[in-house]
Amino acid sequence: MPEDVRLDRITKRFGHVTAVNALDVTINEGECFSMLGPSGCGKTTTLRMLAGFEDIDEGEIRVGDRIFSSKAKNYYLPPEKRDFGMVFQAFAVWPHLTIFDNVAFPLQIRGLPRHEIAEKTKRALSYTNLLSVEGSYPNELSGGAKQRIALARAIAINPTVMLLDEPLSNLDPKLREEMRFEIKDLQRKLGFTIVFVTHDQSEAMALSDRMLVMRDGIVQQIDAPLTVYDRPANRFVFSFIGLSNFIPVEIFDSKVYVQGEGQAGEIRVGLPETPLPDKPVLAFRPSDVQMVEGGDIIGIVKRRAYLGDIVDYRVMVGGVEVRIQSGARRSHYAVGDRCGLRIGKFHWFQGE
Amino acid sequence: MINSRLRRCGVAEVLLVLSIVILVVVVAVPILLIFGNAFITDDGFNLKTVIQLLSQPDTYKALKNSLVIATGVTILSTIIGVFFAWLVSRTDLPFKGTMKVLFLIPFMLPSFIGALAWKILLSPRSGYINKLFTELFGLEEPLFNIYTLTGIIVVESMYLFPFVFIQVSGAMERMDPTLEEAARISGAGLLTITRRITLPLMLPSIVAGALLVALYSLSHFGVPAILGTEVGIYNIPTKIYEKIYQSAGSFESIRTGTILSSILVSAAAVILYLQSLVLKSGRFQVISGKSMRPMLIKLRGLKIPLLILSVVYIGITVILPTVTIILVGTLKTYGLTIAPENMTINNLKYILFDWDLTKDAIWNSFYLSLAAAFVTMLVGSLISYVIVKMKVRGKFILEFLGVLPFSIPGTVIALGVILMWSGRFGINLYNTAWIIFVAYIARYMAFSLKSNSAALEQVHDSLEEAARACGAKHWQALRDIVIPLIRPGMVAAFFLIFLPALRELTTSVLLYGPHTRTLGVAIYALNEDGETVYAATLATVALVIIVLGQLLIKRVTRGKEESLGA
Repeated sequence: MPEDVRLDRITKRFGHVTAVNALDVTINEGECFSMLGPSGCGKTTTLRMLAGFEDIDEGEIRVGDRIFSSKAKNYYLPPEKRDFGMVFQAFAVWPHLTIFDNVAFPLQIRGLPRHEIAEKTKRALSYTNLLSVEGSYPNELSGGAKQRIALARAIAINPTVMLLDEPLSNLDPKLREEMRFEIKDLQRKLGFTIVFVTHDQSEAMALSDRMLVMRDGIVQQIDAPLTVYDRPANRFVFSFIGLSNFIPVEIFDSKVYVQGEGQAGEIRVGLPETPLPDKPVLAFRPSDVQMVEGGDIIGIVKRRAYLGDIVDYRVMVGGVEVRIQSGARRSHYAVGDRCGLRIGKFHWFQGE
Repeated sequence: MINSRLRRCGVAEVLLVLSIVILVVVVAVPILLIFGNAFITDDGFNLKTVIQLLSQPDTYKALKNSLVIATGVTILSTIIGVFFAWLVSRTDLPFKGTMKVLFLIPFMLPSFIGALAWKILLSPRSGYINKLFTELFGLEEPLFNIYTLTGIIVVESMYLFPFVFIQVSGAMERMDPTLEEAARISGAGLLTITRRITLPLMLPSIVAGALLVALYSLSHFGVPAILGTEVGIYNIPTKIYEKIYQSAGSFESIRTGTILSSILVSAAAVILYLQSLVLKSGRFQVISGKSMRPMLIKLRGLKIPLLILSVVYIGITVILPTVTIILVGTLKTYGLTIAPENMTINNLKYILFDWDLTKDAIWNSFYLSLAAAFVTMLVGSLISYVIVKMKVRGKFILEFLGVLPFSIPGTVIALGVILMWSGRFGINLYNTAWIIFVAYIARYMAFSLKSNSAALEQVHDSLEEAARACGAKHWQALRDIVIPLIRPGMVAAFFLIFLPALRELTTSVLLYGPHTRTLGVAIYALNEDGETVYAATLATVALVIIVLGQLLIKRVTRGKEESLGA
C-alpha cells in the first residue's frame, strides 16, 4: 500500500467562518505538493489539521491505510504519534539545546539506544552540512543555519511525510533560492513526500510537482505548476500566479470591442469555440504582448519605466490601463505615442 | 557673537547639566555619604572598626537572619509563582482570566498590613486561629507560631510571589508556540514538553523573577518589623531601625546603620549584576513568530482540584487577612470575639475625625505622595529625555545614576538623606516633612525613569526632527510634539509613584518627626504601642485608599488605550 496522504472532504470552521471547505485531495507518495494562496485562505489551517494541531469538523485524514483524523469515527491521533517531520515558519529551534541535541530530540523521545541516536543524528547533520557546528547553540548561527537545523530535526526520524509551513519566508531572497535546492536535494536522497504551504507563487512553481491554489477556504485548482500557469481554472488563479491584464469586452456580430468604446475599440482576436461567459473579460500576461505597427488593437502609452533588461509600459486601451513588458532591445515608444498591440496568448474569463 | 555663544549653551546643555545636578544631589551624594561614613573615620580609612561592629553578636545575627529570610522567601515565592503561572497560561484551568487577575492582588496589598493581619490570626497566645484551636482541641501549644523565621518567610512569600508570577506568565504567553509544537511533532507528550522545553526556556524569566524577590526580601522592613522584633528576630533593616530609634540617632548608631547599609547595597549590586547576566544571555531568546493559540495541557481529572487549590490559596492569602483587618478594626477592645455586639463604628470616626495623630498621618501621606509623585514624574521625564534622545557626551553618567536608586533599599535611602540633610551641608531638614519628600524622590526616581524612557523610546526621532524641519525651535518641538506623545508614560509614572508612596513605611519610619508621621508609620507605631485595633482601623482606611487608587489607574490607562486606538 503506497503511503499516500488522503484528505477526504475535510472542513474546518472557526466560529461562523469556514476556514477550509470540503477540501479533497490525494497527495501521492514521494510527491512535492504545495498549497498556495493569499493569507487567510486556509492553507496553513489545512497543514495544521494534517499535522494534528487542529481538529477537523468534517471529513477524514489518512496516510496509507492508517486513519489520522476522522469526524465520522470520532477518532483523532495526536500530533506526537503521527511520525511526521515538520519545519515551521519561525524555525522553532530550541535555543537552550545544542544543535546536536535539537536534532537528536525526536530520536531520544522514541527511546532509541544511545549509539543509534548518535548515528542517526550525525547522518541528519551531515545531510544538512551541520556536522562542523553540532556543539554550538542555535542563536550563535545565522537564519539559514537555523533553518537547516529545523530541517535536520525533521529528517532525523526518516519520516515518510514532511510538512513545511512557509519554511523559506523568514530568509532573505538569496538564501531562499539556495534552500529551495537543498530541500529538493534532500527529497531526492531520502524520498519523503513533501506537503508545503506558501504564499509565494514563484516558490511554489519552483519546488512542486503539483500545486493547490486556494481562496477563502475553497480549492480553485490542483495541477502541475505549468498547467496552472498556462491553463488557469479561473480569473483568480490567473491573477494570483504571475502578472495579469484584464479588459472587459462586448461582442457585436462576432467581433470583440473594448467595453463602452464602440467601433474605435475593436480588438482583432478570435472568439473561442465554446460559448463565452456573461460579461466576458479578455485576460493576458504583460509578457505575452508585442508592441508592433498595426497589431490587434491600438493604445496610447501613458507611462514607461526601464527595469534593466525589460521596459515596463502602461498603455491605455480605451479607458482600460494595460501593462506590457517588452524587451529593452525592441523598438521604443515614448509617453503619448500611439502603438499597436499584438496579443500572443489570451484567456476568456467571466467578469466580476 | 553673543548670539553664537548663546546657541552653544543651548537647551541641550542646560538640560544635561540640570539633570546631572539633580541626580547627583538627590541620589549620588547621599549614597556616597553612606559609604564614607561607614569606612572613613577621623583616622582615615578604617576597616578595623567595621569588622568590630559586624562581629558584634546582634549585628552578625541580623545579617544571618536577612540571608535566611531572603533565601527562604526566594525559594518559596519561586515555587508558588512558577506553579501558578504555568497553571494560568499553559493549562485549561477554568476561569483562567479571572484567576490571573486574582493572583496579582497580593501585589497591591501592603505586606506590613498583611503581616499585621497574620499577627492578629496566628500570634502564639492571642492569635484568633491559635485561640480557636486551643479551645476546640485543647491543644497545649499554639497551632502555628507566626513569630518565627518560618512565619516571616511564609508571610513575605505570600506578598512577593507575584514578582515571579508576572515574569513567568508573561514569558509563557509571549513564547513562540511553535517551539512547543515542534517538540510535539517530534513525538513528545505534553508533560515531556513542559519538562524539557517549556520550563528550560522559561529559566531566564524564572531567575529574573527570583532575583527580584531576593532583592526585595533582603532589604524588606515591614514583615520582619511586625512579626520579628517582638521576639528579638531582627534582619538588617529592622536592626538599623532599632539602633537608630533606641539611641535617638546617635553617631554610633548611624555608623552601624551605614555599615549594614553598605552590605545591603553591595548585595543588591551583586543581585542586579547577576540579573543582567541572565537577561543578556541570548541563548534563551524566544522570539515569537506569528501568534497562534498555544496548545493547552488538559488537566482532565485534576481540573477541579487545582481550581479549588487556587481559590483556597487566594482565599487564605488575600481574603482572610483583608477580612481580619476590617473586622478587628471595628472591635471595642482587642481580644474580644468577633461578634456584632462587640463591634463599633466609633473607631473609624475617632481616627478619621477626632485623633490628630491619625488625621495628620493620612494628610501627610496624601500630600507627600502627591508632591513627590508630581516632582519625580517631571524630573524623571527630563532626565529620560536626555538619556534617550540627546546625543551629548557624558550622558552615561546619567544612565548609571538613573539605575542606581533601583538597587538602593528604602532603609539605605533614609540613612543617606539623614546624612545629607541634617545640617552637614548647611541645610537641616531633619524632623520636617521635607526630608521625607526628598527621600521619596530618591526612592522612586527609578520608577519614573523606567516609565518615561519606555514612552520616549516609542517616539521615533524623526517625529521631533520633522517638527524642527517645519521651523519649530527645540523647545517648541518639545512642547508641541514630544510631551503630548509621552503624556501616557508620564501619567503612568505619576501613579507608579503615588500609590506605593501612599503606603510607604520603610523609608519614612526612619525619618518621621513628631508631626510628620505617614500612614504606614502610624499603622506601624499604633501596632507597636499595642493599639492593635486602631492599627487595624487605620489599615482598613489605607486599604480603601489603595483600592480606590487602583480603580483610578485602571480608568486612566483604559482612557489611554482608547486614545491610541482612535
